[in-house]
Order: sequence, then structure tokens, then C-alpha cells
Amino acid sequence: MTETATPGARIADVCLIGGGLVGMAIALGLQRNGFHVAVLDEGDVALRASRGNFGLVWVQGKGDTLPEYADITRLSARLWSTFAASLQDSTGVDIQLQQRGGLYLCLTEQELDARARMLGKMHEAAGGDYPYETLDLKQVREKIPEVGDTVAGATWCPEDGHVNPLLLLRAMTERFKAQGGIIDNTGRVETIDPRPEGFRIRARAGGDWDCARVVLCAGLGNRELAPQVGLSAPLSPNRGQVLVGERVRPFLDYPTGHVRQTGEGTVQIGDSKEDVGFDSGTTTEVMAKIAHRAIRLFPLLRDVKLVRAWGALRVMTPDGYPIYQASTTYPGAYLVTCHSGVTLAAFHEGPLADWIASDRHDPSLEVFHAERFTL
Amino acid sequence: MPNVSHFERLPMRASEPVTVFVEGQAIKVDSHDTAAAVVLMAGLVPSRTTPTSGSPRAPYCLMGVCFECLLDIDGVANQQGCMVKVRDGMQIRRQVGARDIHEPRQEPTT
Repeated sequence: MTETATPGARIADVCLIGGGLVGMAIALGLQRNGFHVAVLDEGDVALRASRGNFGLVWVQGKGDTLPEYADITRLSARLWSTFAASLQDSTGVDIQLQQRGGLYLCLTEQELDARARMLGKMHEAAGGDYPYETLDLKQVREKIPEVGDTVAGATWCPEDGHVNPLLLLRAMTERFKAQGGIIDNTGRVETIDPRPEGFRIRARAGGDWDCARVVLCAGLGNRELAPQVGLSAPLSPNRGQVLVGERVRPFLDYPTGHVRQTGEGTVQIGDSKEDVGFDSGTTTEVMAKIAHRAIRLFPLLRDVKLVRAWGALRVMTPDGYPIYQASTTYPGAYLVTCHSGVTLAAFHEGPLADWIASDRHDPSLEVFHAERFTL
Repeated sequence: MPNVSHFERLPMRASEPVTVFVEGQAIKVDSHDTAAAVVLMAGLVPSRTTPTSGSPRAPYCLMGVCFECLLDIDGVANQQGCMVKVRDGMQIRRQVGARDIHEPRQEPTT
């Protein structure tokens, strides 16, 4: 060893930048592979997509233009029950995973036709192995009797589900710390210096970190970090607003694309999409639209009181699919960024972390390289 | 229910007595009172149970923030009692667990 740690410098096998759902899932997977892992997190001033998302473990329709994305989504959905059980075993936290299927409700025949066509194509592309059904209003009511008369129908996928994303983040963080992981959230990472024996990471506050490998899981923050290790993260924010209603007795046995009921009975309503830069606020106009659609889908929500609302920024690539890539310029640096940190959490903890741990090229992940945006 | 109230009224403004019903029992209160004040005065503790664990609760912050004073008022569930002023004849009941948003079942006519 020729390197000498500067006073205050700390050492880990792997430094993971970003302590959200993506980062913590990979951190657990790397610990499972025997690595000493430090998670460098910006702290609560960060944009925090992992605290604002909707909590769906969603399969239907994902990867309609990229079969490999449909494959990892379904793989993650299959891995989820084991992952949730092991989190509960190690932390005692029940993250309320439920995978009994989900519905995407449509208000017009055109919307329903378009979804049915899209899922039909995916079914064909998967050689017939893609479970879904198109339901008319009567069939929808067999699953959810309360849907409104103006619902045209729904697409149903038995592999869909949902989870409490805040409990998921808490369970992963608790387990990571219990297994000796370190979370350093003293400030935003400013620079990553590639060095002969790995990387030196400097945060705005606190000391430096030295590590053999670095994994970028910083959401929209990856835009500035990726170029420092020879990678590219062309990400843009897309805002979603979420409304939260009072807790009511269970009325909804399945999650839908727009409305779900949590394990505690809370009604959660969402699925707005806006390109408004880095503004994570809420607007009356969009909240009204979200509420209006929810009431058409479920008239019994008419006088349910709203108790909270928030905006959060999705982390979007130009095509909406993840970037999974190892740096060839600076071996040991990895970029992991995606929109579906909840759905893909089990995949990230499992196969993706194993890929990073093995440090070997995986041709099946080439399709997720960022070069696709420049070709 | 205890009939000795710890509430001491300060003569601040003119008011008139109003009769409300707490779990069906008539009680005379002040026209400026809130439903939350009434359940405290009537000793209706707990005045609600929580949706998830069924834990017993009573009015707490009395300023619309904590949601501990949820009550069933005139048949409408999950009302913040501290934000609702009494009316003559008001029916105040415990909020037991989560609210049921299904349409109230029609009672069969006999």
C-alpha cells in the first residue's frame, strides 16, 4: 500500500452514493456478498424520490418497447416475496407486501383498447408467457364492486402488487446498519477522484472516503457524478403529485394504477406526470384533476377527507428505462439509476448486486448501457 | 360517566345553553363549545379508537392539528371534534376504528 489515508479519511470496500431505495437494496446485496459497505447520503435536503413514491410493485405494461426490461421487472416481482420475508425476519418490520394482482382502470373505451393492444403485443413478444386480462366493467366489479359506472374496464395482471415504500426503506436501512453498514449523511458528495487503487470521495461536509469500488445510486444527482467516473446519466425530473386521504375501512382489495389503499386503511391517489424541472411542490390544479379522476373511478371516495399531499420527482432517462453500467475508463465505478426503485428493489438486492460484487461483464445488461442515448 | 367536570368556565361572552347528545345521553353545554370540549366535559374517554391497533384516544391539541379528537357527529364519521361547534340536538358518538365509506345500508322497513 502506497496510499496513506489522510486524517479523518475512512475506508470501505464499496462506497454507495445515495441512501434511497435503489442504494439501500444494492447495499444489502453487497453486504450479502461479504463487502464492507458505506452509504453516503446527502441528507434530508435531497430530492428524496424514495420518500415520495406511490408504492406499487408493478409489472403490467412495463417494458412494452424493451423486452429485457419486462424480464427484469417480472424477475423482481418473483423475487419480492422472499426478499420481504427476509427483511421481516431480520428487522421485524412487516413492509405490507401484497401481490394478489393489480388493475389499471380505464375511463374510456379508447384508453382500454390502447392498453389491451399494448399488453397483447407484450404477450406475443414473450411467446405467450405474459399473464394479463382485459376486463369489462362487469368483470372489474367482480374484483372491485365499488368502481363507478363511468369506468370502461381495466387491464388486470396477476403479478402486480404493492408495498409500503416507507417501511421498505426503513427495514432496509435498519438491516444494513445491523449488519455493520455505515450511513454517512453529512452532506452532498462533491467529487469522486479516481485513484490508482480505487476512488477518493469528497463530501461537502465531513471527511473523505477511500474505497475500491463506488456505486452511483444518487437519483437525479447522478447527472453530476457519473461524468466524474467516465459514465453518463442523462436524467430528467418528472413530477408526480400524490394525495393522501383519511384512513377508512378496507374497500379496495387490489392496487390500481391511480388509487391504492394501504395496510392501515389510508387512501392514496396519484399518477400525475409533469415536466416542471426541479420543483417538487404541489398545485391546486393538478390535485383537483387527480381527485376528480379518483372520484370517477371510485364514487364512494366523494367525501373522503384529504389529509396530506406532496410532490416528488421521478428519475427519468429519455426512454424511461434504467441505466446499469460499469465504467470502462475507471474500473470499479458503477452507475445504477431507474424510475422503479420499489418494483426493482428485489432485483437490485439480488442479481444486480451480485453482478457488481462479481465485477464481471454481464452481456445481458448491455441493453441498459447509456450509450443507447447517443447511438 | 363522571358528573363532576373539571372544566371551569370563565364568563367571557354571552352564551346560551344548548342540548346535545353524547352516545345518546342528553347533556347541556355552552353554545360556544366544540364537540371535542363536550366529550371531555362528558367524560367520554376514550372518545375514539385508532384504525390500526384499536388504541384508545381522547381530544388532545384542540386546535385542528393532531386528529386525536375524531368523532362521529350527526352520523358523519371522522369529524375533527375540536373544529366543530355544537348545535342544538347534535348527536355525538365515539369514532370506533376506521371510517366505513360504503353507502349506509338501508334499514329494512317493517
